[in-house]
Amino acid sequence: MINEQTIKKESKLSFKFDLQSYTLILALIFIAIIFTFFTGGEFLSSRNISNLFTQMSIIAVLAVGMTLVIVAGHIDLSVGSIVGVTGGIAAMLQVWQGWSTPVVVLAAIIIGGLIGLWQGWWVAYRAVPAFIVTLGGMLIFRGVLIGLSDGQTISSLNPSFKQIGNSYLPFIPGYIIAAIAVILMITFTVNSRRKRKEMGLLLLPSVIDYGKVTVYSVVLVVITYMLNRYLGIPIPFLIVVVIALVFMFITTKTAFGRRIYAIGGNPEAAALSGINIKRNTLYVFVSMGALAGVAGVLLTARLNAATVSAGNSYELDAIAACVIGGTSLMGGKGKIFGAIIGALIMASIDNGMSMMNIGAYWQYIVKGLILILAVWVDIISKNK
Amino acid sequence: MTEYVLEMKGITKEFPSVKALDNVTFSVRKGEIHALCGENGAGKSTLMKVLSGVYPAGTYSGKILIKGKEASFKNIKESQDAGVAIIYQELALVGEMTIAENLFLGHDLMRSAVINWNEIYKKSVVALEKVGLDLDPQMKVSELTVGKQQLLEIAKALTKETDILILDEPTAALTESDVAVLIKLLNELRKQGVTCIYISHKLGEVMELADSVTILRDGQTISTNSIEYLTEEMIITKMVGRELTELFPYEVHEISDDNVLLVENYTSYNKSGKKVVSNINFNVKKGEIVGFSGLMGAGRSELFISLFGGMPGKKEGAVKLNNKTVTIKSPADAIKEGFAYVSEDRKRYGLVLGMDIAKNTTLIALNKVMKLNVISQALEVRVAEEITTKMKLKAPNLDIEVGKLSGGNQQKVVLSKWIMNNPKLLILDEPTRGIDVGAKYEIYKIMNELVQQGVGIVLISSELPEVLGMSDRILVMCEGEITGEFTREEATQEKVMMCATGGKKRD
Repeated sequence: MINEQTIKKESKLSFKFDLQSYTLILALIFIAIIFTFFTGGEFLSSRNISNLFTQMSIIAVLAVGMTLVIVAGHIDLSVGSIVGVTGGIAAMLQVWQGWSTPVVVLAAIIIGGLIGLWQGWWVAYRAVPAFIVTLGGMLIFRGVLIGLSDGQTISSLNPSFKQIGNSYLPFIPGYIIAAIAVILMITFTVNSRRKRKEMGLLLLPSVIDYGKVTVYSVVLVVITYMLNRYLGIPIPFLIVVVIALVFMFITTKTAFGRRIYAIGGNPEAAALSGINIKRNTLYVFVSMGALAGVAGVLLTARLNAATVSAGNSYELDAIAACVIGGTSLMGGKGKIFGAIIGALIMASIDNGMSMMNIGAYWQYIVKGLILILAVWVDIISKNK
Repeated sequence: MTEYVLEMKGITKEFPSVKALDNVTFSVRKGEIHALCGENGAGKSTLMKVLSGVYPAGTYSGKILIKGKEASFKNIKESQDAGVAIIYQELALVGEMTIAENLFLGHDLMRSAVINWNEIYKKSVVALEKVGLDLDPQMKVSELTVGKQQLLEIAKALTKETDILILDEPTAALTESDVAVLIKLLNELRKQGVTCIYISHKLGEVMELADSVTILRDGQTISTNSIEYLTEEMIITKMVGRELTELFPYEVHEISDDNVLLVENYTSYNKSGKKVVSNINFNVKKGEIVGFSGLMGAGRSELFISLFGGMPGKKEGAVKLNNKTVTIKSPADAIKEGFAYVSEDRKRYGLVLGMDIAKNTTLIALNKVMKLNVISQALEVRVAEEITTKMKLKAPNLDIEVGKLSGGNQQKVVLSKWIMNNPKLLILDEPTRGIDVGAKYEIYKIMNELVQQGVGIVLISSELPEVLGMSDRILVMCEGEITGEFTREEATQEKVMMCATGGKKRD
């Protein structure tokens, strides 16, 4: 039986666990310091930060969807190929068929969703393991892309399409958004503290809660300032922020989100609690597919071209981002915010190492090692 | 002085958060069956983990003497080599391997470059004989009943040089007849000089088997007595530290004439088309507690999982809930009709262990804590707190992971989850399994409250005293059929057992 004393200590423990998730941010800072040192400060220049955020955006979008998939207890190995095929189809529709940008974008997202529907159906209603279904999908959709494009690179998209991946939010709206975000963060914290206090929930010391808000606000303002010193907030990054917010809401505030965690945490208990596992699993894959469609659009827009190898091995970066961000491959646990930070860490390593002119092969090695390290840290922290 | 085969002196084990054992002394004489009793969390399991090297020497203070020699085990292997064998509540057999492979897993015979299967099979037969099992050693373990698996575990322990055999809740999942077999075996082993430490909640067994009893409470040794000086009531009093006036707080209450559940000619098949239960007829009235007794595998859980929509497969017959014929295809349908099913395996079917208390309690009635389809945390916590307070859940915060709670509190979370949805029919499948006496009592009290509100309750339990003590009416199942029905007044252990073993049917 847990007595009062145990639980009080336990709460302290869970606070320590929270610190564990800050280790993620500490790791990010550590990485940033190292690269800044070795690049003579160039890593933290406005221009590079802008690049970094643009670079991370595609993996971040995928990592958001992947978080849902992994939380539900599955995996999706096909997202790289879906990025390729949806980006490719978008380019074909515009360059070859002359479709307008909004229609093309919508088409890419819908196709992504339909691919997710197909894969989700196999996983949920035909009980084929997601690993196999999406491994198959990885090959199938790469094949479809090569077949449709005839192996060619399709380039020269409309300026409006290119802008999705290459334009920036002007200074003033940028600052306005940052200001609104800071105000919202403060209100949320005050509100949630008040509510938690009313309900007698675990309340972190106010220093920590408000300290957190202060740090986040400062970081936010500094980043906005740095980005504005260059060209403004990159649109792809803004898209990431919007998607992340939407999915944070879905995972924490909707019945669908709650059910995904229940399904991933204990499918048998979820089923006996009246949760429709099949349907919810299907939805998870559809959302993953649609997000891969978004990523496909971003990639094609940024490169101003679609190639047959576009999106190759992105699935692994996305999975790594989730895992580094604390999502448990056992299912039932994971946060969108963690996945975003994970994506940022992955992008920082790519970016920093190429700035240092270290051979590309090293990037693979370092990223692989970090992945193993992240999971190991997760395991030892759980065993404590 | 009789010689002690085991002496544990001044054992103190601290976890970062709590002192689990506080200067515990535990001495066991050679060749005796020594029962270790205490509520959940009293420190029994921790003490056994210290003894078996799960917690290596150095992580606790105190001394362990085995046959008078000081022992400090660094791991389980070392304690096994010293003759300590522990059999856990959750059996540690590999289901997909054969009996022989399981028996000699990790044994030297399995370590040779080329395994001598003939010798292993020969030795397996001998080992099985020792525990009274007559089985083909090449059978897969997954094909055995839980009771037989338990005996197999003991056989496995005996293949090694075992001086001290520790059984942790060996009968929690066993049927009455399997328990009888186990008790006979333990008596037999005692004659052969095997010392046994027996951890159990079931005091009837303790009284029947044990030579001495040590009682732990809150990490401290309360007493060690020879069994002659103890009664069941005395043990309970020492365990809980207070007088329990009555084990089963049955209250006479009003039972309506209205059926909440009426099942007629119900037959259900499993996926592969095998009949699971056949020709079932019974009813549950509003405000009535109907006990379902029977041996493990009699089809009680299967009947209700099937009624609840949790089992795929063909079903025949009529089911009426609240005088309305219903077709239940999935648990979601059942929940909509006011049907609640508290499973016998709360960790597997009842809870999402990694989720916090509040989220677990609102899993079914999530719509109750949503405003405009958005979960309101404020509402969620308020609702969860209300229900868990009613259930007397002991946890100061609702954002603690359910996995960290004790068995009794976990069960209260499961109950909260179902009761939150205001069920009209509540199925309790082994609701007090592995739960300490205090929490059991509270669960019985909750049952009383619910029937007073007009809820119909089905109580499935393998513990006869529980069924007899709490039910208004008792139905007995055997091999997928109902073989007996008794009112509270006419039911006796003997009559119920007779029907459960099929005795009545064959007359």
